[in-house]
Amino acid sequence: MIRALFLLLLLVPGLAGAVEPSERLADPALEARARALSQTLRCLVCQNESIDESDASLAHDIRMLLRERLRAGDSDVAARQFIVARYGDFVLLKPPLEPATLVLWFAPALVLLAGGFGVVLYLRRRPQQAESPLTEAERERLARILKETDA
Amino acid sequence: MRKLLYMLPLAAFMVLAGYFAVALRPSYDPQALPSALIDKPMPAFDLPPLGAGAAVSSASLRGQVVVVNFFASWCVPCRIEHPVLMRLANQEKIAITGIAYKDTPDDAKKLLDDAGDPYRRVGLDLSGRTGIDFGVYGVPETYVIDKTGRIRKKFVGPLSPEAVNKELLPLLHQLGRP
Repeated sequence: MIRALFLLLLLVPGLAGAVEPSERLADPALEARARALSQTLRCLVCQNESIDESDASLAHDIRMLLRERLRAGDSDVAARQFIVARYGDFVLLKPPLEPATLVLWFAPALVLLAGGFGVVLYLRRRPQQAESPLTEAERERLARILKETDA
Repeated sequence: MRKLLYMLPLAAFMVLAGYFAVALRPSYDPQALPSALIDKPMPAFDLPPLGAGAAVSSASLRGQVVVVNFFASWCVPCRIEHPVLMRLANQEKIAITGIAYKDTPDDAKKLLDDAGDPYRRVGLDLSGRTGIDFGVYGVPETYVIDKTGRIRKKFVGPLSPEAVNKELLPLLHQLGRP
């Protein structure tokens, strides 16, 4: 019982963001949208964290700004665009699909394809050894060895 | 074919060395971001001044080439940059507009009293909202704004004498200095 509770406790940090109680909006639906949005925005101070996870003061400011925009009636797209207009596409943790990011998006698939092609080529080219039956001498030797191990 | 295969490690090394040569050069900061606002109009702001005088606003800067410097008394790299700004103001006679980012008026005043004041005027961005509008993600940051009110250049981090000589001053010269 205690162990189960303890394991449950271990899950708690995964659920927690850096969002402080005082930041939360009264409307749960709006707050949920704000949380979802802030998980997609990069904290520019820590750069590998979302503003939802980051404790940096800039992340706090942008969280508040995001909530302000949502409360003013912005759609998710408009609120996100408000931040992107100031900090550029880099604030998006998931980069948009556009000509400049085509390589970024598709290079992994291309590398995988090239690798797969290489493997196929290699396997095809490898000389396939025909299995020939054992000769009489080999068969005798095998029988001898088997007998020895049995004994 | 075999010979080509033996060249592969060398080729891989050359590619890696190329990456390192580009990414490890001293002037390269991998965390520095290009501004999303280059060639866009400067964001509108209207800030209370440090000390007496009129408000520091985007409207009041129209029609002139402006250097806007975001700083804070709590910011350590700003202290590194400070002598460079002093030289810009005193020797090059550049009019720098300071914006105290998330600072208290008392602390900002004390900093400028103690270390010297390179700014023509200082606005107080208490909430940090003007900073966000400019795309500031860490002080100090310096923006060059042309006569039509467009942002032409952003410097992230302390201005180095090298950046001033090679980039800032030539750009100001080209824009027809303030």
